[in-house]
Amino acid sequence: MKKIFSNKFFSLTIAAALCLSLSACADHIEEEADSEEEESEVQTLTIENDEYYSRFRNKGITINVYNWGEYISDGSEENTLNVNAEFTDLTGIKVNYTNYATNEELYAKLKGGGASYDVIIPSDYMISRMIHENMLQKLDFDNIPNFKYITDTFVNPEYDPQNEYSVPYTWGTVGIIYDTTMIDIPPEEIDWDILWNEDYSDRILMFDNPRDAFAIAEIRLGYSLNTEDAKELENCADLLKEQKTIIQAYVMDEVFDKMGAGEALVAPYYAGDAVTLMDEYEDLGFVTPKSGTNLFVDALCIPAGAKQKEAAEMYINFMCEPDIAYATTSYIGYSTPNSAAFDMLDEETQNDKVSYPDNEYLNNNTTIFRNLSDEANQKMQDLWTDIKSTQDESQNKWIVPLFLVACVTLSIVIIIRRHIIRKKDVF
Amino acid sequence: MKNKLPAAPYLVWMIVFILVPLIMVAYFAFTDKDAHFTLDYVSNVAQYTPIFVRSIWLALISTVICLFIAYPLAYILIGMNTNIQSTMLMIVMLPMWMNFLLRTYAWMALLGNNGLINALLGLVGLGPFKMLNTEGAVVLGMVYNYLPFMILPIYSVMVKIDKSVLEAAADLGCNPAKTMLKVVFPLSLPGVFSGITMVFVPAISTFIISRMLGGGGNLLIGDLIEMQFLGNSYNINLGAAISLVLMVIVLLIMTILNQFGADDDGVMVI
Repeated sequence: MKKIFSNKFFSLTIAAALCLSLSACADHIEEEADSEEEESEVQTLTIENDEYYSRFRNKGITINVYNWGEYISDGSEENTLNVNAEFTDLTGIKVNYTNYATNEELYAKLKGGGASYDVIIPSDYMISRMIHENMLQKLDFDNIPNFKYITDTFVNPEYDPQNEYSVPYTWGTVGIIYDTTMIDIPPEEIDWDILWNEDYSDRILMFDNPRDAFAIAEIRLGYSLNTEDAKELENCADLLKEQKTIIQAYVMDEVFDKMGAGEALVAPYYAGDAVTLMDEYEDLGFVTPKSGTNLFVDALCIPAGAKQKEAAEMYINFMCEPDIAYATTSYIGYSTPNSAAFDMLDEETQNDKVSYPDNEYLNNNTTIFRNLSDEANQKMQDLWTDIKSTQDESQNKWIVPLFLVACVTLSIVIIIRRHIIRKKDVF
Repeated sequence: MKNKLPAAPYLVWMIVFILVPLIMVAYFAFTDKDAHFTLDYVSNVAQYTPIFVRSIWLALISTVICLFIAYPLAYILIGMNTNIQSTMLMIVMLPMWMNFLLRTYAWMALLGNNGLINALLGLVGLGPFKMLNTEGAVVLGMVYNYLPFMILPIYSVMVKIDKSVLEAAADLGCNPAKTMLKVVFPLSLPGVFSGITMVFVPAISTFIISRMLGGGGNLLIGDLIEMQFLGNSYNINLGAAISLVLMVIVLLIMTILNQFGADDDGVMVI
């Protein structure tokens, strides 16, 4: 779901943003003033509530934050904030920051025990699963006054109905990235069926994780994105199997390289990453299909067993500071649920339908993943294994018996040979 | 008795990091989520037979190719003078200084439809050929990554063969081909067997090579095991069961190989 790749893309984003702001100015002198202003705007951090943040100063507290890779502004680019360093400066709390690559990795690590984290950032369905399995702690929202900035759309979400456990961090939709030079279908007509279009055979990429892959099939068949019905899942699997013959590869973040290098023409992926990709390669386009899609939210949570709950809540509150949320969304390209940060974005980004689709579309055509039952998860996993391992069966039919025969023959040869050698040794 | 003391740290290491995890794998393979004994997971592994077969098959092909490349290379190496030998050895090792993932990633860029190889072929009017995302690419990735593990053991055994033995063979009327067949080859067998082990075992359990170069559509056992832990369903019992079956298969194959290695000069392989 997230970016694990070089910062190079982002420097280009900044460059592009600066260029645009420059070209928007008529007067040359104003231009410079404007760009300088913009730089300084990115650099500063205004915190109103100093007293709140100084509570734990000089107590030598360290919190363990476990986040997606490349999912925070780390100051590695000029004029951006190093969020964790700013937090330490402000509060005196040290941040021990580590990364994971998938929700499942996070889950496996917490479930396995032995790891202690204070702040984690799982996605929607994983949050509901963790709530269900008592792996999260209820938050004390008195300690998170900045929650007021969260847009209403993202308050009381389905995955956390009373909004007791999570504070939204970023969100986005799943859509289709395509090569505009090679695909001459008008964008408004592009829908999920393009991933089954034989004209683009062997130039189509597909998600390499069952949940996202099944979601696309579910939309095509008109099922719920959270269906647990075995029959429906099997129908989806059939559709995906049919697609396999024209798929070039099942990938996740390799999408960046393959779409960028023109290896593939069309791929489903996350809007936040598409923004980054399109900044680098202008031939690429992105559509959020009309027939619907998945809306995902990544939210800050505190796992059960966290040792520094209050400091963790302070960190969560800090992430909701408008300046910080703005730095985050500008750096990683994913959309922000923070209304104050949204207001700080330039108009072009605010109106960008890739990052911020219309509310009407969001309400009517998108679904947030809910956690599935263990049985449904297992069923999906089995079907996925089946999809990924189907091949021309003709060759496989003979390999098993042949292999067994070879093993047995070999064993017999060895035994006979040893027998002969031993006899020789006797004399 | 006194000889055992220095080995104590290794013994502790073995127990904590090899024996205990092995027991845990076996434990999870034979229990269900509520820790009750069950054979379901182990017997369910049968449904993945095609994946096992494909993994074994691809690992075998890779091992054989590695052997055919490495053996002549090692033989040529020992014939060179010592200085060149060490330089050549370093060149063999050189790719291993770089991260394994990076090396595999580089092959993606080389083999792609718009990759370097197809671009060069395009210059002479050939192609483009579909090379990436095929079983061939997976085998190539395995051979490329594991070749040093085949070269080094063979070389280190060959280099110890006493030159006077070869001279004696020549004196007694062996031509070079016969010397090779009757003297060098039998003496180098222990190296060959440990080379085979060191290539075959990682090749059969790899998952990242098949994912990156096989396009995710060529599922191997490694991918299957990884999916049980980091996939949609967190099914450590099934993952452990598949691992256990894989270990038994590898053990079986290694035992067969050991039979060969053991009778020639008593050198144990592995």
